[in-house]
Amino acid sequence: MIDYLDGLLRSAINPYYYGVLVTAGINIMLVLSLNLVTGFTGQLHLGHAGFMAVGAYTAGILATAYKWTFYPALLAGGLAAAAVGLVVGLPTLRLRGDYLAIATLGFGEIVRITALNLNITGGPFGLRGIPRVTNLPLVVIAVVVTYVFLWSLVRSRFGRALVAIREDEVAAQAMGIETTRMKVTAFVVAAFFAGIAGGLFAYWFRYLNPSSFGFMVSIELLAMAVLGGLGNLLGSVLGASIITFLPELLRTTYPAIAERRLVFYGALLVLIMILRPNGLLGSSSESGWLEIWLRRRRRAATVAPEGPGAAPGGEPHGAA
Amino acid sequence: MFAQQLFNGLVTGSTYALIALGYTMVYGVLQLINFAHGEIYMTGAFAGLLLVTVAKLPFWLALPGAMLIASLVGVTVEFVAYRPLRRSSRLAVLISAIGMSIFLSNLGLWIFGPATRSFQPPFRVATLELAGIRTNTLSLLTLGLALAMMTGLHYVVTRTKLGKAMRAVAQDRDTAALMGISVNRTIAFTFAIGSALAAAAGVMVGMLFNAVTPTMGVMPGLKGFVSAVLGGIGSIPGAMVGGLVLGMAETIGVALLSSQWRDAIAFAILIVVLLSRPTGLLGRRLQEKV
Repeated sequence: MIDYLDGLLRSAINPYYYGVLVTAGINIMLVLSLNLVTGFTGQLHLGHAGFMAVGAYTAGILATAYKWTFYPALLAGGLAAAAVGLVVGLPTLRLRGDYLAIATLGFGEIVRITALNLNITGGPFGLRGIPRVTNLPLVVIAVVVTYVFLWSLVRSRFGRALVAIREDEVAAQAMGIETTRMKVTAFVVAAFFAGIAGGLFAYWFRYLNPSSFGFMVSIELLAMAVLGGLGNLLGSVLGASIITFLPELLRTTYPAIAERRLVFYGALLVLIMILRPNGLLGSSSESGWLEIWLRRRRRAATVAPEGPGAAPGGEPHGAA
Repeated sequence: MFAQQLFNGLVTGSTYALIALGYTMVYGVLQLINFAHGEIYMTGAFAGLLLVTVAKLPFWLALPGAMLIASLVGVTVEFVAYRPLRRSSRLAVLISAIGMSIFLSNLGLWIFGPATRSFQPPFRVATLELAGIRTNTLSLLTLGLALAMMTGLHYVVTRTKLGKAMRAVAQDRDTAALMGISVNRTIAFTFAIGSALAAAAGVMVGMLFNAVTPTMGVMPGLKGFVSAVLGGIGSIPGAMVGGLVLGMAETIGVALLSSQWRDAIAFAILIVVLLSRPTGLLGRRLQEKV
């Protein structure tokens, strides 16, 4: 069934765009799971590529050295990433949010350095000989499963607890939410999906190299999540799609910009936080300058026609 | 041999301490990890290099020049990326900080290219031996400058009006504002000092390793942060102690294991500190305010 669908798709889409679509799907999975931690729970996570690497290398090593088949290896990759997530999250999530940012950053680097120095990962030469099993229909199914799972998760009692933690951790705790347990659970779930995405990545590219999982990959994922909107799952799909396709489109017309895209990602993160912290589709109690400015304009527009007395700033002083 | 390692660690550690001070001061006034601090250090190193090689300035003018340029960049970063977010959530400011860091390091790559540039000290460096420790005038100068700047900072923070304002803002921003302190100006001043110290470290490290690259800020930036956490984030003496301890722990670790693990040692220390004593060596226990 999947093979039949894949045959249809391959005959319809040119191979280059087929590859871009697979990458986009994998990125969507990664950004959706990152959004659970950073968007819904409000914990800045800078090592998501590390979980992806754990999943990718686990699946890749099981496939090459131990001749495992696709589905068990993929699942093992997800579970390995989840286990690592538990080990990293348990001590660090008890602390203030900022420490998590640094700890996850360090974790991502440790994963990369470990992959670089171990024999079983192929070190700097990378891991070769993984069969190509991942295809577009499989990725689409994985994305849909991830989306539906996370969608029902964030709408559950658990999801509401996560949002409460994001909005005010102290108040959430006072309401009887076990904040650490909730945060760790969200982190482990996110790690699991990132690990699965990593496995799909391994079975698609057939070759793994530590440099594919560096810090900048984590930043790219964060930029996708922020652009789409923190705390909005559809936003993650949108953000991941835009940031995956845009460099591909620019690569032919403006190669210089595509090459230097990280400069723009950095500026993008700052600008979005200032102008519209909710990204394109996000939801939270925060409003950026863009919203404040629009609101002011709207208010000015409704006040102005009231006659000559309604000069700017002539509102009653309680209006602000 | 052991004394030699310890001395080398002390020199490296003094540069970590200079970087850590910027982190800890900014954390004190804003409760923000200024991710862009490592890039300010890189900016300082490049400014120093260009002032020496292009502007042909002598060292004693190039160093303050680099510090001044880095201060301006640091204050600009604060003005552009952090000030508009004063009332936003911590997450928004953190993301803005990480964005600024990525922006600056990649802008550096864009302008200067990825190649490593050599930074020859503009003065003659003599090798010498003191009590069985081989060293050179450049290392001694680094150590001396770092200690002098830390002493100067201590004086500024404890004895001047601006230092008092900084401490007041760190303690309670709103009350400080009610007392007539210009909070924004104090924060900008904090960024200026922290950036100047980082730039001094950048220039000295650039000359010590004879290498300046746009990505040079990443690792020292992280290690400066680890030093600040080790000493107790928010504590100025803590940052000094943390930097020196981390530098020495690293060189001893490298001597015992191998140089491949140099960068892992800092992270290991960070994890141990976070697990056992999150407030660091000299930090005070902070209660979450409602």
